[in-house]
Amino acid sequence: MYLGRVVGCVWSTVKNRNLEGHRMLVIQPLTPELANTGQRIVCTDCTGAGAGELIYWVRGREASYALLPQEVATDTTVVAIVDSVHLKSAAAPAPAPPARGRKPPRKG
Amino acid sequence: MILARVVGTVVATRKDPRLEGFKLLIVKPVSPEGKDEAGYVVAVDTVSAGAGERVITVSGSSARMADGCKDRPVDTAIVGIVDEVHLD
Repeated sequence: MYLGRVVGCVWSTVKNRNLEGHRMLVIQPLTPELANTGQRIVCTDCTGAGAGELIYWVRGREASYALLPQEVATDTTVVAIVDSVHLKSAAAPAPAPPARGRKPPRKG
Repeated sequence: MILARVVGTVVATRKDPRLEGFKLLIVKPVSPEGKDEAGYVVAVDTVSAGAGERVITVSGSSARMADGCKDRPVDTAIVGIVDEVHLD
C-alpha cells in the first residue's frame, strides 16, 4: 500500500460495465515525507475521499478486493483516508538493487 | 489504472483463440493534462474506443476482471473513455 494525495477526478460515460457507479480519482503518489513521487494515476475509490485529502491506495489484483462482492476491473483503489503519519526519522533510502548482468566470477 | 491515448491498432491473424474477436489498440500513456509520456502498450479494447481518444487502461491480472476478458490471456485492457479530467 502506498501514500497518495487526491488531486483530481476523472469523468467517463462509456466504461466497462463492471466499473459503472464507481468514482475515479486522480492520485499523486507520495513518499512517507509527503513529497510527490512518480506519475499520477487513476484509482477507484471505496472511501469517499475528497479533493486534496491524504489517502493510501493499494495496487494489483488486491485493489479489486476492496470493492467485493462486486468484481471490478481495477488495479488501483483508494482504501483509506489518512489521519496522520508519524515518522521516527526520515525513511531510510531503499537499498540499491542488485547489479544486473553477469555474476562476478567465483574466487578460488 | 492509467490515462492513455489511442495511437494505433494492431492486426493479428494468428493468435490465441481466446483473443479472437477482440480489438487490439496501441495506447500511449498520457498525464492528466494530456501530455504524452514514455512508452507504448498494446491493450484489449472493451469499450469500442477510437483513434485519438483518451482512455483509462487497467493492467495486470485485474485486466482479466474486465467484462468480457475473464479467463483470457490479457494483461492490459481499455475499460473507459475519458470525458473529462478535473484537476483541483
